[in-house]
Amino acid sequence: MTTPARKPAPNGDPAAYRDALVARAQAIFDDLNFGEARRWKEAEPGRKVVGYLPIYVPRELIHAANALPLGIVGGGDAIEVIHGDAYYQSYICRIPRSTIELGVSGRLDFVDGMLFPSICDVIRNLSGMWKIMFPHVYSRYFDVPQNYEDAVGGNYYIAELAELREDLERVTGTKITDEALNNSIAVYNENRRLVRDLYALRAKVPWKAPAPEIFLILRAGLVLPVEEHSEMLRGYIAAAEAAEDRSLRDNSRVVLSGMFCEQPPLNLIKSLELAGCYVVDDDLLLVTRWLIDDVPTDGDPLANLAAAFLHHSESTSSKYEPDQAEKGKYLIAAVKRSGADGVIFAAPSFCDPALLERPMLQNVLRDADIPFIAFKYAENSGQMQPIREQAGTFSDAIKLWSGA
Amino acid sequence: MTQPTARPSPAKPPIAEAEKDASMLKQKAMMAAHYDRLADAPETGAKVCSTFVPGNLNELVMCFDLINNLPEVNAIQSGLRRKSGAYVLEAEKQGHSDDVCTYVKSDIGMMAKGNIGPNGRKMPDPDVLLLSYTGCFTFLKWFELLREQYKCPTIMLHTPYQGDGKITPNMVQYMVRQLKESVIPKLEEVSGVKFDIDRLREYLKKSAEAEDDLVAVLKSARHKPSPIDAFFGGIYYIGPIFGAFRGTDDAIQYYQFLRSEVEERIAKGEGPVTPEGPMQDQRYRLVVEGPPNYTSFRQFWKMFYDEGAVVVASSYSKVGGTYDFGFRHDPDRPLETLAEYCLGVYTNRSLPMRVDMLCDYIEEYEADGLLINSIKSCNSFSAGQLLIMREVERRTGKPAAFIETDLVDPRYFSPANVKNRLESYFQMVEQKRSGTRRKEVAA
Amino acid sequence: MRTYVGIDLGSTTTKAVLLDDDANVLGRGITNSRSNYDTACRVAGEEARIDARFTLFRRKLATGDQTPAEVDAFLEALERAFRLEQFLEQLGDLEETCLSKIEGEQFAEDAGGVREVVAEVFRQLRDEAPALYAPGASRKSDFFRDLAGSRYLAISEDVARDAKVPYNLVVNIYDKSIIAVENRPPSGRLSEKFRRALDRVLAEGHGVGGVDVVAAVEDALAIELEETGQVGTGYGRVTLPFPKENIRSEILCHGLGAHLMYPRTRTVLDIGGQDTKGIQIDENGIVENFQMNDRCAAGCGRYLGYIADEMNMGLHELGPMAMQSDKPARINSTCTVFAGAELRDRLALGEKRTDIIAGLHRAIILRAMSIISRSGGITDEFTFTGGVAKNEAAVRELRKLVKENYGDVTINIDPDSIYTGALGAAEFARRSAHGIAAPSDVLPEGGQIDDDMMGEMA
Repeated sequence: MTTPARKPAPNGDPAAYRDALVARAQAIFDDLNFGEARRWKEAEPGRKVVGYLPIYVPRELIHAANALPLGIVGGGDAIEVIHGDAYYQSYICRIPRSTIELGVSGRLDFVDGMLFPSICDVIRNLSGMWKIMFPHVYSRYFDVPQNYEDAVGGNYYIAELAELREDLERVTGTKITDEALNNSIAVYNENRRLVRDLYALRAKVPWKAPAPEIFLILRAGLVLPVEEHSEMLRGYIAAAEAAEDRSLRDNSRVVLSGMFCEQPPLNLIKSLELAGCYVVDDDLLLVTRWLIDDVPTDGDPLANLAAAFLHHSESTSSKYEPDQAEKGKYLIAAVKRSGADGVIFAAPSFCDPALLERPMLQNVLRDADIPFIAFKYAENSGQMQPIREQAGTFSDAIKLWSGA
Repeated sequence: MTQPTARPSPAKPPIAEAEKDASMLKQKAMMAAHYDRLADAPETGAKVCSTFVPGNLNELVMCFDLINNLPEVNAIQSGLRRKSGAYVLEAEKQGHSDDVCTYVKSDIGMMAKGNIGPNGRKMPDPDVLLLSYTGCFTFLKWFELLREQYKCPTIMLHTPYQGDGKITPNMVQYMVRQLKESVIPKLEEVSGVKFDIDRLREYLKKSAEAEDDLVAVLKSARHKPSPIDAFFGGIYYIGPIFGAFRGTDDAIQYYQFLRSEVEERIAKGEGPVTPEGPMQDQRYRLVVEGPPNYTSFRQFWKMFYDEGAVVVASSYSKVGGTYDFGFRHDPDRPLETLAEYCLGVYTNRSLPMRVDMLCDYIEEYEADGLLINSIKSCNSFSAGQLLIMREVERRTGKPAAFIETDLVDPRYFSPANVKNRLESYFQMVEQKRSGTRRKEVAA
Repeated sequence: MRTYVGIDLGSTTTKAVLLDDDANVLGRGITNSRSNYDTACRVAGEEARIDARFTLFRRKLATGDQTPAEVDAFLEALERAFRLEQFLEQLGDLEETCLSKIEGEQFAEDAGGVREVVAEVFRQLRDEAPALYAPGASRKSDFFRDLAGSRYLAISEDVARDAKVPYNLVVNIYDKSIIAVENRPPSGRLSEKFRRALDRVLAEGHGVGGVDVVAAVEDALAIELEETGQVGTGYGRVTLPFPKENIRSEILCHGLGAHLMYPRTRTVLDIGGQDTKGIQIDENGIVENFQMNDRCAAGCGRYLGYIADEMNMGLHELGPMAMQSDKPARINSTCTVFAGAELRDRLALGEKRTDIIAGLHRAIILRAMSIISRSGGITDEFTFTGGVAKNEAAVRELRKLVKENYGDVTINIDPDSIYTGALGAAEFARRSAHGIAAPSDVLPEGGQIDDDMMGEMA
């Protein structure tokens, strides 16, 4: 197990503090045994950890049960998948394999529950596989409504949340009161505000807050307790903004799309920036900012969470868009919001949601005269040359085009 | 060396006309009439509703005088007619990934190439897309893609997944609310026909009648020899009821006819009719999980026929409803029954439920083992099948085998490979069987 | 005596194994599969019978009190002499065939000259032949085409130049002839060749103390090898001219073959050129479960071949090179198509060639581990077969991963594992002739088989 990088303290030099925070986030990212979460659990008897897969789960419920929500997004490019591959054909994406590898290899042996959100059929089926393979771990397929009427999808979702709440009470042995839940909502509102600030900072000064760092800081939020992560976010935002050691380069500005589930290797994100693209928005780790406004912290918390989900949440391929006129507009909004020049579609190989959505998004971009390119990756892609090549060409083309 | 007995080099006989039984011919006529109804729609003014086989609400669709069009069935037809390969390529040319479902790509490619149906006539544009989102994520994107093309009203009916292996009251209420507040009003709007719940009840009653006969047919595979093939033959048996005929008198007649045909075979001790002829010599009884391949359907079936393998139960014949577990459309609870129907289809069942089902089939139908045909296109089926295989083997002690093909993409059907694995599997079954017998003797 | 032949028709080589009634291996033969399966099958069978003769010679010679080393030395000399006889015979066939091809328009100018050149080339080839089979001489291959071909081309270049005959004409004649000769196994009677070989070794002064070797060899030659049963397997098995009931899948044969070699085997891994198989067998060699690589051929032996081509190296050089590394690079792609690109990318990044090659070995073994895991994991003992089992770097990674994932497991690797499938096939033939569908050791002592069961098993 990797030794934890010490929690850094601000010391007057913003660049050094920023780098120390990133180093800590990197150490958390590199630790395939989730040492931070293990230590949190061991610190007090009776503590519970509940894992969740991408895209979104209401972490507030887990938090309100005094448990630690642990984001699990596969094994990346550092894990050797031996048993995980035994469960999947070659035409299925990587994330379920490495997730099973994490489970079978004992790296998740401290996790008391697992939530599998409705992303696609692969993750959906993984929920049942988990029940068979790890019968002593609580696991649940977390279905969300595809109908956005309060009286229809809303009521269904409230009842689903209520079931989840009961389950979590059972798993953690802690009663989840409305008061605790409202408090947790407030804590997460704060965290989401900070993530939005972080994204705004990057869109404003991408050379100061480069995409690989943003990714690492967000990834730390999947493992750290939310309060600690908020502190990290605050520290990073202030330090990165204040540090004067980096200067603007002649890069193009792009939005990444298609990375909402299986994560790209860190090297891929680095390669994009090396190739001359500032990533100014993306759909990585959507759980950190799925709800786009503060959720009210008074009243019925489940109803508030449901309303937020139905009416104030991000869009992505796994969500049905009832209005054809709105289809794909979320991507245009991201481009506008971040002042991007173009879009890079980077989807995991065999990712149904990303790949089926892509032609529709491309049509929308074409109509809006926004340039784009597309390629595929796997969480363990080792080969970055073609990606650097494509991204570099795209960036040059954008610059020529916008300069003309 | 004694000269090995030379096998006569087979002078390639012309491919014999596929043998069909009377029920197949009857179904063919029904399908032809249906496709003509669709092709005639622009002239007759009939409105067309496209929807999916799992979660197909044919009774409801008929309440609004809409003709039910099933893009999945169209893709199957394209596969059987060997047109799907070109359609898939066409869709990929348009920018669809080679990684994704070939049903979708066959459908999109077919549209791009003039949307000519199996009867050689142009298929009508749909007036409404009923997105019955049941047991398959791709459905959601498929109809978003079609909506982009046809710009027609699109109605979402979301079927929650049985993640915990049960249907909860919340799920049923959610679906009934969707039907009442969204699906029915929108169908009224599109069709101009007022919803009449008694008309729905009438159709549901008819559905249940045909369903009884279907179940009797499926259960007939308990006989030895089995009078049916529940996978290849099963495709035919489920055709009308999973398609546009459930709730009609046509379906009732078809299933009565089919049932009597099967009962006659039982009485005579006959096996099913396959394209190569009746299958009398049944050496292996199999349960099959997963859909078939349609581009080489007959060749695939022949590989089973040649080995004397008959399929006694299959999961694919439950994608449009799991009637054999007792579900019947219930006219007394019309909307609830539609919800429960959608919730119960095979691909909406959790993995542990699927394992239970397959183990039960092996026992109930006294099968020799499980064969999984893993389909590249269909993650709903395929993701987790290797664990299903392992579990079924562990629980039943019966051997399982795994082959990989695709629904309608001919590039993914490698006959030599499939045959090699099938042969290895059958020989393994045979060897184990004789081993077991010897052990019994020894004991 | 009664013998049982198993033929394994692989994609690159065809193997044959001959068993006697007690399941002892009498002989083994191998040949390249060529395009002609019938011939490959016949040649491999012939080779196995030749090998069987040597086994019989040994049995006859080993009756006295002579040392095994003495017998070994004699048999080795006899084999070299026999191979020489065989080579000369095929050379004669090749010459005759070549000469018969000298006709038609293109030779109109100087058919006689070409004829002389060809005759001279063969004279020289024949003169060289004994050196090829001299004690300690190394031959780059045992296949006639490889041995005769390169020398023919080299010698004829000089001879043709001197005789002012166009070289391409002479090459052309060879090209037209070699396939025909190769597909026509030596026609002379084996016994005659053995006798001529024996004369040669006796003339050279070889012998076995106190044994009448002529009588022993004649005794052995007098034993008729009756082919009681034959079973075919392997990728090309459907093309074998056997009745269907004499054909078994390579999975079953592999399982049974591994069981015969190592009776305690429960898990078999075979990595061949085109596929990788994980097989679970029970205590009787019966296959319980198997998995093969899926549609994608990632991680098969061919992957290493492709890498060798990419690196412009010989396949056999890869393993030793990988052994020089103690920290294999992490290679994630076992896709044959991507591997080349990944390789170049990493070399460009300055990674060590040895580490990359070691990483590639690890990658294919990781893939194999998944296939094993899919088939049910590893149960002691574990037998590794196929061409890749000869690669020490692959074996090193396999041992590591087996230990990490399954603990202490006995790992069996037989240098002759290439014959595993053929051995299993031969055993199927033997069992079928003995009326046992399942292994005999399942039967209790003196066990009886029900008559009606016999019917079912037949």
